[in-house]
Order: sequence, then C-alpha cells, then structure tokens
Amino acid sequence: MITFESVTKRFADGTVAADDLTFEVPEGELVVLVGPSGCGKTTALRMVNRMIEPTEGRISVNGQDAASVPAPALRRDIGYVIQQVGLFPHLTIADNVATVPSLIGWDKERTNERVEELIETVGLSQEVVDRYPRQLSGGQQQRVGVARALAADPPIMLMDEPFGAVDPIVRALLQDEFLRLQRELKKTILFVTHDIDEAMKMGDRIAILNIGGVLEQYATPTDLLAAPVNDFVVDFLGAERNLKRLALIPVSAVEPEPGPLVSANDPSGRAQEAARESGTDWALVSDAEKRIEGWISTDDLDGRRTVDEAEAHPFDHFVTRDESLRAALDVMVESPLGVAVRVDTDGRYEGVVTHNTLTGELK
Amino acid sequence: MTQSFFDWSWVVDNLGDIWAQLAEHIVLTVIPVGLGFLMAFPMALASIRWPRLYSPLLGVAGILFSIPTLALFVVMIPFTGLSKATAIIPLTLYTLLILLRNTVEGLKGVPAQVREAAEAMGYTRTRQLFRIELPLAVPVIVAGLRIATVNTIAYVAITALIGQGGLGNLFMDGFLRQFPTPLIVGLVLSVMLAVTADLGLLGVQRVLTPWQRDPG
Repeated sequence: MITFESVTKRFADGTVAADDLTFEVPEGELVVLVGPSGCGKTTALRMVNRMIEPTEGRISVNGQDAASVPAPALRRDIGYVIQQVGLFPHLTIADNVATVPSLIGWDKERTNERVEELIETVGLSQEVVDRYPRQLSGGQQQRVGVARALAADPPIMLMDEPFGAVDPIVRALLQDEFLRLQRELKKTILFVTHDIDEAMKMGDRIAILNIGGVLEQYATPTDLLAAPVNDFVVDFLGAERNLKRLALIPVSAVEPEPGPLVSANDPSGRAQEAARESGTDWALVSDAEKRIEGWISTDDLDGRRTVDEAEAHPFDHFVTRDESLRAALDVMVESPLGVAVRVDTDGRYEGVVTHNTLTGELK
Repeated sequence: MTQSFFDWSWVVDNLGDIWAQLAEHIVLTVIPVGLGFLMAFPMALASIRWPRLYSPLLGVAGILFSIPTLALFVVMIPFTGLSKATAIIPLTLYTLLILLRNTVEGLKGVPAQVREAAEAMGYTRTRQLFRIELPLAVPVIVAGLRIATVNTIAYVAITALIGQGGLGNLFMDGFLRQFPTPLIVGLVLSVMLAVTADLGLLGVQRVLTPWQRDPG
C-alpha cells in the first residue's frame, strides 16, 4: 500500500508540482496518475522512492514513513520502470535483470535461477541473456526493464510511461501481457501516463491531476466516466465518453430481454404472435437446441404454414457474455433488427441486448 | 668526404644507446601520464560531486597547458636542477587539462535515464559511480589518455635540452653533428612509439568495453 497524506512539492523556483495530494494506492491494485504535462504526475511518482523529496506531507509505503528509511534501502524494495528503459548499456541482459539481487547480496545460483524465470515471465527467449541492451529491439528492452524491476520480487512498483517508447501495436501487446502478469502477481502499482485510454485500460483506479499538481478526481474508470466531477475531468476524458463507458461494462452485467424466439417447426401464426407480443415485426428462429438459425420478418411469414417454410435470414454477428456493451452496440448498429443477439459459447440463445438496455445502463 | 644520407654502421655501433634512449623515452612518458591520471581522476570526481569546482580546476589546468614547454622546464631548473623531476613535473602538469576534461565529460556523458535507473534501483552514490558511471565513461577517458600519451611522447624529446630527453638526445646529436642518421632513427622510433601507444590504449579500451563491439 502507498499512502499520500497532504503531500505538497514546491520547487526552488516556486513551481508547485504537487498540491496537498491525499490518496492511497490499495494493496494489490494498479493506480494510474494521469494528466496533462505540468500536472506533476512524474514528480508524485518519484516522491514515493525519494528520488524527489516532498516539501510537506507524508508518504508511507506499506505502512512505513518513506522518509524514515535510507533511500537506497527503500528503493531496493520498490520496482521501477521508466519510458526510456534506462538499461545499463555495459551490462548483459542477465546482469541488468540481476541488478537488485546483486545489490542485496543474493548468491549466484539463486540469482541465475531468478533471471531465467523472469526472462520467461516477460516473454523473452533465454538466448538474450548474454546480449547487451543495444542488441535488442525497443520492445525487448522494455520487457527487460520490467524483468529488472520485478527481480527481487518487490511488493511495490512504480511505472512511468513504461510503454510510451514503443509503437502502438507493441504497446497494446505489452499492456495486455502486463495486465495478465499483474493478475497473477498482484503488485501494488503506481503508474504514470498522459494517455487517458491507457489509464482506462490499465487502472483499477485513476487519479486525474491538473496543472500545478491538483488532484481533480480519484475514482475507478467506470465511476470516472459515469460521474466526472468537473469540466476539467470531462474535457480530459475526451469525446465519446459514453462509448468508453460501454467499453468497460461486460454484456453479462445487464439482463438480456427475452425477445421473440420461435422454433423452426412452429406454425407461422406462433411467430406472428411472438412478434406482436414483443412489439417487433420480426422473430428469431432457433433449432431444437436453441441455436439461432436466423430471423424472419412478419412479411416473410405471409402465406406460410410453418416458420421453416420461410427462409430465415442468417446473422453475421452475435455477442457473448464476456464481450463489452460497446461490442454489443457495434453488433446492434450492423444488424437490420437494431438489436444484438446474445448467445452462450455453444451458440445457444440467451436473449437480446437492445438500445434501451444500453441507455438504461448509461443513466 | 661525403657521408651517405643514412649510415647503417652507426646504428649497429650505437644499438645499445638507442635502446637505452627509447627505454628512457618510455619511462618519461609513462610516469607523467600515470601521475597525471592519478591527479586528474580525483579532481574529476570532485568536479562531479561539487560542480562549482570544475571551472576553476579546468582553468588552472588550462593555464598550465598554455605555458610554453621550454619555459616551464627552465622555471623548474632552480628547484630541481637537471634531474628527471625537472622533466617529469612539467610533463605531468601538461596532461592534466586533457585528462581532467575527458574524465569529467565521460562521466557527464552517461545517459540521464541510466543514471536515473541506477539511482532508483537502490545503488549508493559510490557504488553507482564505480559500477555504472565509470565503466560507461571508459571510452571518453581512454580517448583522453591517448591524446595525453601522444602529446607527452612529443614533449619528452624537448627535455633533451635540459639533459633528459630519451629519443630527443638522438635529434640533438644529429643536429649538432650535422649527421642525419641519429635524427632519422630518433624520428622513426618516436613516431612508432606514439602509434604503438595509441593502438595499445585503443586495445585496452576494446577489452574494457565488450558492450560496444558489434554483435557477432
């Protein structure tokens, strides 16, 4: 756990980089500090491991006042990853990863085992260990940077735009891998970025900072999008705030509507009735296993005795419970029916997600 | 009687003396460069630790460097006579500017993000200097040593005028006797010495910086 208590940082030239910051990074969570340049997010991060000393207030790390621990000792318990990576150019990848273990005096065998394990964890192949940093690609260097930070298994990690220096495709990949890793490792992480989308993706909670080191809002991504406290936060969250909200809500969070569902061998009158009851001019057609075959309009049914006499129109896309409501919306606008049909992983019908469901959820 | 331009028999007759002068030349190079580095190194560390010291230290080293060589040797004679010290002290002082500047610039040239990472990993200041910053400064420091060494090899010859001089004595001999052979021998050997020392130091640098070599 990292706790900021009324932390203020005033530099010698009078610039205020942190203005009475009070917030907490709960154990095992990833908290993102996000804001425009000049908002002091990096300063806040660097006060945690005392690369910068606060002017006023107190920062405690796992219950202990950071100022009471000698800085080098404090830092060895805190993993640190920066955008420019900062690998040591004159050391091999193995020696780079082994930095903190060697500082705290692990023996060779334990260190080597740990290096081998970490190289694997961050998705590199063992043959890189004897290379030097400049022989690696930017993405590989960034992975080594993460491995180095994790080496002595610190409970706390500080990450300053850790994926900022690589191209967007590699960045998305590294973000996904890191999130997967974090689900296992449950480190307490303070993460800095200027990119609100990255903040939304990575953060369990987000602290939005304004110029002058003012904390505008501290909330979960969902709460932030649902209830931004002021215009600054609204502006910072950017356009398409509702779409971003939908992207954070899983389909499983809303109750699907039953929808007009008929079986292929039902009489056509049954389908007409189902459509009428649902207030639609179409019905969904399923087989005996409740697998969706397609849909038919009430016009298609004219003059037919059973549903399967009319050819059902197939669907291109369905949604499943683990997808987001934003994905459901995407399916919805593509479908001629204006709804998203929800199925389980075996393709069995679960209901429909409608426009009303989405607007209800956004209220 | 006409002399041939180059007299091999002189070389053969004086081989022992030629070797001795070469050895002397090497001693008069290695000691000043070594002492100079021993002085410049702590001065450089102090300049990094207390940046305000750097300008004055560099200024003093620069003034020393700008004093004409011969003048400095002559100034020394009342104190140290015609001893080796009369040669070694000025030669040492001449190396300071280059060695101090290159050591400081080498250390300053360590990328900021590398320094930041080292600090954040929990290196103590001293350990960071010796494990991270100095190794990375090696190419620039060795570049300074190479220039200082080649310069010193050239200056040693001048100390022949105050009774030292190594290969410089061969120049004097050739000049005073209007006899080109020793002059040529001295010249060739001193150029070879400079080139060898330069390449040798480059080799040392390559050994110390495996990380700079191209991937095999």
